[in-house]
Amino acid sequence: MAQPIIQADKLTKRFGDFVATDAITFDVARGEIFGFLGANGAGKTTAMRMLCGLSTPSSGHAQVAGFDVATHPEDVKQNIGYMSQKFSLYENLTVAENITFFGGIYGLRNPVLREKREQLLTRLGLHDVAGKHVGSLPLGWKQKLAFSVAILHDPKIVFLDEPTGGVDPFTRRQFWDLLYHAAAQGITVFVTTHYMDEAEYCNRVSIMVDGRLAALDTPRRLKELYGAASMDDVFYTLARGAQRGE
Amino acid sequence: MDAICVENITKAYGKGQSPAVDGISFSVGAGELFGLIGPDGAGKTTLFRILITLLLPDAGHATVGGLDIVREYQKIRSTVGYMPGKFSLYTDLTVEENLHFFASVFNARVSDNYSLIRDLYEQIKPFKDRRAGKLSGGMKQKLALCCALIHRPTVLFLDEPTTGVDPVSRKEFWDMLGRLRSEGITILVSTPYMDEAARCDRIALIQQGHILSVDTPQGLRAGYPHPLYAVGGAPMPALLQRLAGHPDVVSSYAFGEWAHAAGTTTLGEGVLQAYLRDAGLPEAIVQATDATIEDCFMDLMKRN
Amino acid sequence: MQQLALFIRKEFIHVLRDRRTLLILFGMPVMQILIFGFALSNEVKNARLVVVDHGRDVATTALIARLDASRYFEVDQVALSPKALEAAFRRGDVKVAVVFPARFYERWQHGQEATVQIIADASDPNTANTLTQYVSAIVYDHASEQRGVQAPPYGIRVETRMLYNPQLEGAPNYVPGVMALVLMLVCVMMTAVSIVREKETGTLEVLLVSPFRPVLVIVAKAVPYLLLSLVNVGSILMLSTWALGVPVQGNLFLLLAESVLFITTCLSLGIFISVQTSSQQVAMLISLMGMLLPTILFSGFMFPIENMPVPLQVISNLVPAKWYYIIVKSIMIKGLGFAAVWKETLILAGMTAGWLIISVKRFNIRLA
Repeated sequence: MAQPIIQADKLTKRFGDFVATDAITFDVARGEIFGFLGANGAGKTTAMRMLCGLSTPSSGHAQVAGFDVATHPEDVKQNIGYMSQKFSLYENLTVAENITFFGGIYGLRNPVLREKREQLLTRLGLHDVAGKHVGSLPLGWKQKLAFSVAILHDPKIVFLDEPTGGVDPFTRRQFWDLLYHAAAQGITVFVTTHYMDEAEYCNRVSIMVDGRLAALDTPRRLKELYGAASMDDVFYTLARGAQRGE
Repeated sequence: MDAICVENITKAYGKGQSPAVDGISFSVGAGELFGLIGPDGAGKTTLFRILITLLLPDAGHATVGGLDIVREYQKIRSTVGYMPGKFSLYTDLTVEENLHFFASVFNARVSDNYSLIRDLYEQIKPFKDRRAGKLSGGMKQKLALCCALIHRPTVLFLDEPTTGVDPVSRKEFWDMLGRLRSEGITILVSTPYMDEAARCDRIALIQQGHILSVDTPQGLRAGYPHPLYAVGGAPMPALLQRLAGHPDVVSSYAFGEWAHAAGTTTLGEGVLQAYLRDAGLPEAIVQATDATIEDCFMDLMKRN
Repeated sequence: MQQLALFIRKEFIHVLRDRRTLLILFGMPVMQILIFGFALSNEVKNARLVVVDHGRDVATTALIARLDASRYFEVDQVALSPKALEAAFRRGDVKVAVVFPARFYERWQHGQEATVQIIADASDPNTANTLTQYVSAIVYDHASEQRGVQAPPYGIRVETRMLYNPQLEGAPNYVPGVMALVLMLVCVMMTAVSIVREKETGTLEVLLVSPFRPVLVIVAKAVPYLLLSLVNVGSILMLSTWALGVPVQGNLFLLLAESVLFITTCLSLGIFISVQTSSQQVAMLISLMGMLLPTILFSGFMFPIENMPVPLQVISNLVPAKWYYIIVKSIMIKGLGFAAVWKETLILAGMTAGWLIISVKRFNIRLA
């Protein structure tokens, strides 16, 4: 197996006495769609922040795209894309302005940027609304656009925090088509979700419980292991024993 | 008498905007647990705000507990309970202070209706002196529900109480709604999660301001118009691609591990199995399956 | 009524638990009084004064000694060339210079015109003005004293009398100003922000869907700030009396009553702003830009209104702080009674009623 794109080794984050993320160890391979599941407060967000170079680990190490998150957070940030349900695009900028702005932030030069913008608008079928404010678009479109913008600079990994929350069933599936497409191009997808059917679409799924990594495997093997009919049941079996809330 | 009656309610924000809620009608019986199910932006919150008298409709009529939402708004306000989608308690007040404050706003005392919230409140009682802002997400939600219930409302409005909540907590929350229903409280609850529909007595599917269907969850699923097959055992992209190529397959979508393929009546299990084998997927498994709420929703969305 | 009491209690909790705001709330008046009273006063002490003495005679020596003796100046006697003097001004070493001509005493004695030249650095016009006035006053004083001994009288004598504040101290002017400023800030901004916060966090949505009367929400919000502001008035008055030596000359109760009126005016303005806005940021900005700035500019305690162009003078009438400033000055410094301030009181009362009526009418019992 090639060098993993994410390597977490006993990654830990403490806030005072509270251990938010407790020595989690895992690898993610290049081009993988990696589901990062857990109950509210299990420590997902904290772990993700560390992997994105936004928060320094209390102990342990993590390498993302070949860079140590503690010592080279800026290099990590240059090589990843990030999208969350809450913040992703500027609502009062137009579609085209958002693409230009975020492309610019990652240092895309003008001719490249223009070409990428055209490609993106064509792929999403957004040419007609390129001049519209993002705020006026339906949520599903926004999320698809936000994802495309997050991978505009061809990052090695894209982190997605509940990208499909509240999105209609069609758009949700179209969104996952985009994820597959990105993964096929070699972009590693690291995604959290509360939809358990989406967990099935991941190559591998990890489930965090009380700050620890309680399970990590392919959806099929997890179901076999826990004798469960669906990922929903696997999740329920594991997370039901959780001691702490958010 | 119906607890909630909605007739042709329409509401647009500003001129030239397409209506957020467009000619919606349905009714909720007394004591029913009624679900309003649809994605973000479908108009759920707007409809809620109209019913709890926070917004005036552009057209149409509605009553809550037999009271007109426009003329008798003050009476409605003293009888309903409302929990907005956003956490709306005072973060700098303690758990107990919040509860007592909201009780007093409704001219009630905590002791009067404590039995109603006992199960719920006992869970957060150990933290009663903690400020609400320092509670975990699940606890906040429980406290918010306690505050909405403390005056024993006849109708309870819960706007997306489970959005962003993990599956385990969601299950617990719905268990609790079931108990409240047995206390005789009418509950109108909205959610974007289709799988929660099964927990309701009746549901309305809502999309872009329109109601697609109002039915019991069982009725809705039974009314799915096509034979439906769950297809698995092979990689999803390949499956979906082959299924889309079959002339008798009406639709095919991924549903977790399985693809759901809806077909015309001429399409049978054996036909599909043979087709997939010939199409290079001999390992594919085909079995007839019942439609889920999400199948129904997608089918209705497509037809509208 | 019990509901209202509980609501007010809740508002107090909000205020008292927010340590930072509390610090600002009670620290600000003290800070402002101290800053304005001591640091920013345009009173001048021990300014460096350069004397260029071409006369070197009895009269100049006596005058120089007198300037030096005053607490306003520290005399630095040097015979600088005009060029060197200019350079000193440019460096900012020197704020004011006094030039005595040659044969000063002789000219004076012979009834000729004896001119004293005062040169001041007018890049800070206020200070320059004050300094030249002080120098002239001292020179004139000296001259008039000498007149009794030395005949004949000569020249023009300017007599200036500073009313109410004969020592020309800054504090008496600043105390009423700071009072107006602090009350404006606390009441307008805090009330506006605290109501808008409930809109922003969604708690107002829940309150609206309850039997609680929306108007009472407003009342409950206003009460704590009224009380807190009275505490501020008290602390300012105490500081003023004991730390700055500016006691209340007139009736204390009249002053307090007028303060309650002004506080109510400010609260009604805060409520008005909160009704019109939907985010804390906007409410804060409007309170600061729309209220604080005009209060500083147009209340008359920093910049004399009489010197402003007419349009600005007209605008100044719309600033409630201007009227309160006049009232406080009249009662506190001049020791006047209600008869002197009834007009201003009426204007404030009118403004308050106006804003309250508009606010209550505009207060939305629904969203959007």
